[in-house]
Amino acid sequence: MHELAVTQSILEIVLKSAMENDAEEVTDINLTIGALSSIIDDSVQFYWDQISQGTIAQNARLHFNRVLATFRCRQCGTEYDLNEELTPCPTCNSINLDIISGEEFQIDNIEIKKKEADKNETTC
Amino acid sequence: MKQRVEIVKRIMDSNDQLAQQNRKKLDDKKVFAINVMASPGAGKTTFILQTIAKLPENLRMGVIEGDTAPVTIDSDKIMAAGMPAVQINTGGDCHLDANMVGLAIDELDLEDIDLLLIENVGNLICPAGFALGHHANILIASTPEGDDKPYKYPNIYRGIDVLIINKIDLLPYTDFDMDYFRAGVEMLNPGLKTFAVSAKTGEGFEDWIAWIQEKVAEARS
Repeated sequence: MHELAVTQSILEIVLKSAMENDAEEVTDINLTIGALSSIIDDSVQFYWDQISQGTIAQNARLHFNRVLATFRCRQCGTEYDLNEELTPCPTCNSINLDIISGEEFQIDNIEIKKKEADKNETTC
Repeated sequence: MKQRVEIVKRIMDSNDQLAQQNRKKLDDKKVFAINVMASPGAGKTTFILQTIAKLPENLRMGVIEGDTAPVTIDSDKIMAAGMPAVQINTGGDCHLDANMVGLAIDELDLEDIDLLLIENVGNLICPAGFALGHHANILIASTPEGDDKPYKYPNIYRGIDVLIINKIDLLPYTDFDMDYFRAGVEMLNPGLKTFAVSAKTGEGFEDWIAWIQEKVAEARS
């Protein structure tokens, strides 16, 4: 259960970026998570709802763009997705493989509402 | 007005930055650091004690012991073997992070150390996600745990530089299928450096000690 530490890290990055962009509120957070990263979405959202209280991101929704783990066979070039069980190449049965996706673990972007510019501000 | 702000950053960014600071402290003093990961009971502490016993005397080692509870059983054993050890109590957390390790590094006299072993919390999931500033990741897999671990915990097998297969003296008493195990490892981490040992009897340690000596010599130069 390292989801709390992960969620704290997300919050830190989100708040820093929101402040730099004069956000009044953070509404959405888009994450890309590969299948080989051991993270439970519901658990992260649960911690998020707790630790984001009192910040401008407290009502934000987390969106998890899940990426499948994909292997490419070094012998015959076949590409295939990891489905539950780790298996050799379905074409030539080789175990000489490259993993070409599935290890992503990043914050892509956030959606924010900007602070309204002060209309009464004078220019002189 | 709603607006999208691009970030594109690794989620563990702040931990990664602290890990880089740890790495710099270690590099400045030419200390080679190894993060030792394994499940509980795989034999991490016994492995470290056997490593201490087999190391040549001119190679000075320090140990950071990570534990979830405030017990000093492991660090007491290391200190009894004559090596400086710092205990980290994670307070229930399932892994070490760069901040905890940074504090422990500050308690060690790095001038007196060539090699630092960081014994992570016994767990095959969480430690894999946290950089500590170490130079190499090793995983100890013991034969009684079963031969299916690479298939069940692919993530940790992906990120390691060395695999130790421990308790090979128990092979005759288990159903451990070495070929099946190694095929799983090969799919995830092709060509992975692997040492088969028994931390209890000391079997197979020559090659592991030679690997350490080579790495420490590289770090010193």
